[in-house]
Amino acid sequence: MTGSRSQVASSGRLACLAAALLLVLPSLAHAATGPFELALSGLSEPSPEAVTRAAEVIAKTEDARALGLLEALLDGDVVASEAGRVYLRDKAGALHDAATGAPSGGEACHEPPVDNGVRRVLGALIVQLQLRDPDSRVRLAAVESLAKTGNADDASALRAAATRERDHSVQRAITVALAELDLASDDPGRRIVAINAIEAAGSTSLRSKLQAMVSQSDDGSHAEADPGVRAAAERALRTLDRKQFLIDRAADILYGLSTGSILLLTALGLAITFGQMGVINMAHGEMLMLGAYATYVTQLFFRAHASQHTSLYIFVAIPVALLTTMAVGAILERTVIRFLYGRPLETLLATWGLSLLLIQTVRSIFGAQNVAVENPSWLSGGTELFEGVVLPYNRIAVVGFTVIVVSFVAYVLRGTSLGLQARAVMQNRPMAACMGIPTSRIDTWTFALGSGVGGLGGVALSQLGNVGPELGQSYIVDSFLVVVFGGVGKLVGTVFAAFSLGIMNKLLEPIAGAVLGKIVVLLTVVLVIQKRPQGLFASRVRGMEAG
Amino acid sequence: MSGARAASTSPRALRNGDVGLVILVCVCVAVFVPLFNLIPDEKSTIHVPDFLVALVGKLTCYAMVAVAMDFVWGYAGILSLCHGLFFALGGYAMGMYLMRCIGTQGMYRNNLPDFMVFLDWKELPWYWRGFDHFSFALAMALFVPGFVAFAFGYFAFRSRINGVYFSIVTQAVLFAAMLLFFRNATGFGGNNGLTDFKTIVGYALREPSTRATLCGLSGVALAATYAICRAIISSRAGRVLTAMRDAQAKVRFSGYNVTSYQLFAWTLSAVLCGMAGALYVPQVGIINPSEMQPSNSVEMAIWVAVGGRGTLAGAILGAFLVNGAKSWLTVAFPTAWLYVLGALFVVVTLLLPGGILRVFAGLGEARRLAIGASEARRSDSSRVSSSRPPPPVLVRKEREP
Repeated sequence: MTGSRSQVASSGRLACLAAALLLVLPSLAHAATGPFELALSGLSEPSPEAVTRAAEVIAKTEDARALGLLEALLDGDVVASEAGRVYLRDKAGALHDAATGAPSGGEACHEPPVDNGVRRVLGALIVQLQLRDPDSRVRLAAVESLAKTGNADDASALRAAATRERDHSVQRAITVALAELDLASDDPGRRIVAINAIEAAGSTSLRSKLQAMVSQSDDGSHAEADPGVRAAAERALRTLDRKQFLIDRAADILYGLSTGSILLLTALGLAITFGQMGVINMAHGEMLMLGAYATYVTQLFFRAHASQHTSLYIFVAIPVALLTTMAVGAILERTVIRFLYGRPLETLLATWGLSLLLIQTVRSIFGAQNVAVENPSWLSGGTELFEGVVLPYNRIAVVGFTVIVVSFVAYVLRGTSLGLQARAVMQNRPMAACMGIPTSRIDTWTFALGSGVGGLGGVALSQLGNVGPELGQSYIVDSFLVVVFGGVGKLVGTVFAAFSLGIMNKLLEPIAGAVLGKIVVLLTVVLVIQKRPQGLFASRVRGMEAG
Repeated sequence: MSGARAASTSPRALRNGDVGLVILVCVCVAVFVPLFNLIPDEKSTIHVPDFLVALVGKLTCYAMVAVAMDFVWGYAGILSLCHGLFFALGGYAMGMYLMRCIGTQGMYRNNLPDFMVFLDWKELPWYWRGFDHFSFALAMALFVPGFVAFAFGYFAFRSRINGVYFSIVTQAVLFAAMLLFFRNATGFGGNNGLTDFKTIVGYALREPSTRATLCGLSGVALAATYAICRAIISSRAGRVLTAMRDAQAKVRFSGYNVTSYQLFAWTLSAVLCGMAGALYVPQVGIINPSEMQPSNSVEMAIWVAVGGRGTLAGAILGAFLVNGAKSWLTVAFPTAWLYVLGALFVVVTLLLPGGILRVFAGLGEARRLAIGASEARRSDSSRVSSSRPPPPVLVRKEREP
């Protein structure tokens, strides 16, 4: 298609000059005349050929407005008046002058005739313009789309772009795109150069093309005839595979950190209620669930009363979830759990019952279906770390949130008088009571704190997946394992256990599959607990029956 | 194992009046329900409807689980949260046999079970071999849960994992097993499990007579389970178990090998559970991994707790009561059931730590003591007390749990 483009362009320039002369009178009336303004009026011509020529002239002007105009033309959002004025239609349907941006005077307009031939030319022109766009992301996208279409003219356009390109990532993309085009070249030397370029750039996306080159068909003939090229391709493949392996492992570890931070958030509250207080809190999962529902309710409230600030609801949801679950925790401690201290198995059953009651209550209020908690707009999307490794923003935010919550818990336990008293009560209750610490009030506060941290975990979970009444149930086994694995009563142990289990899970997933990987992790933890019943970070306790 | 040594029923076992209750239940399930289902005419008032036979059979299996659970929790002090696994393993062993019984009657008219045809498998996996034979399947239904329990218990008890830690670890094992059985590639039908059974040892499962027989067998099995547990508890080994529950360290320091006592009780309980599962599956007609959900296993503990921990009859009573209530409420008031169950957990642990049976027994005991005292003053010819040896000073100290 672009073979004829240069001829069209040269003849088009003449035609356009003529058109501009013809229409110079009305044009003069409303605008300062540059080449862009002059070329615009060509769009009001009734024939597709004239529109094509006008578009090419517009592209040649390299005006900043050209790209937007041509894109709009391709989308059918350009109209022209008989007088030669050209308007852009915005999203609301209002018309603005393409040159000045002034609103339309309301005269009769028609859409320029854009047929498939025009569209083809427009597509090519747009890509060329995009290669000169000041925004590097636009240039990158243009390079990628050129690499896909893959013909010789694009190659020359790419080479031209390569000489003026300053941005490193675009430069690399151009190199890879050129190499991809050269792979199809008839000259074995160029193919080898291309392969070497791919190897040097480490572009794993071209792996399948190289793989196809070294493949052998059933009759023994090679897809790539030249043995030198084949050898180069095989070497490049090995390099790429090595690189891919490293990228994959790095990605596994990153995803593992993300999984680990979720585990940590879900287990952290339990590390307080179970780890510090020794309460076998089977209703902990429901604290997560309540936290998630508190987020949901906050979101509903924002939608109803402050719809212009909806994306900020999460900052309100955090204290709301914390306070709600703290209140629920305090009530549970006062009414049920305090009567069961020192009877761990009974506590287990009673808290299980509490969890059923909470689940059914939430189900009665909100229904059994999952409710939709949407990410705030600034949390949707993600960033690409390596080729093919995308970290969603909400995962990154959860990791950050985990750091904040862990610091908060560590501060409360280590730096406040509540934490000091809580630790004193847990270590030696009678002695703490003798020192004047109100032990029963401290119990309530500590349990409320653990529940509240669970609620914070629920806020994070609501950003990652479905929110339903059974949300907590799926986390309870994992949470307990994390706490026991890390060593009961040791916050550091919980942190370590959560991250090591998260990373282990993700590293095993590609080898064993998601389910088997999870099973292996569970069984490993069970085995480790057999070996070290007191967990990885054991608290030193004098006496024969610790815990 | 030392626990099996004294298997004869000692008089002390009969002392607690609850034996009568258990015999009554077992005879009802084993004899009356099947007979009154099969013999009277369907319109007759004394006819037991088919659905009730199925329900009673199911509840009886649950009661066996409750007895096994109580044996290991109420007497040996080990709260298992993975008895659902043993139950399901027994069930799967029986289910595999029943699958093989289908033969070429399945949807695909293939000798392989339907789900294997669906997965495009060409031959039976090695672990399905032998399940064509009823006796082998039955043996496996007892052996596999026992073996799993033994292997797990061996390591856990040797590391002296006790109390809540043990419970949490069992729950993790259960969870892992559930995930494993949910996989299609594991070869047990994935999340659909095993179902569509047609016959068992040649009898059609649809026939009322087969169902009544299975119900009767469950009653017999419940009686056997009860007798075994009762015998062990009343033996010397049972007293060691009880002592271990109350003061493990002291028992250990007295020279008893606590680990092997625990391991014995634990494994036996798992085997009994497997038997219950094997009887359960042909009556219910399906076994799938949802039986291994952690919540099911925790519910088993509440059956025991409601009836009365540390009284085998209480466990049976609890299983019948809780599951009967569940069958009724989930139909009559579907939303209320979880409230009731949740409240049961809380109320029983808070207000009735001894369970229902203890409440009745406490009332009865008080009355009997009063009567006994007044009678003893008059003469020594009380029929109840003369048939028994003088009561031991302290059979089981009522421990404040």
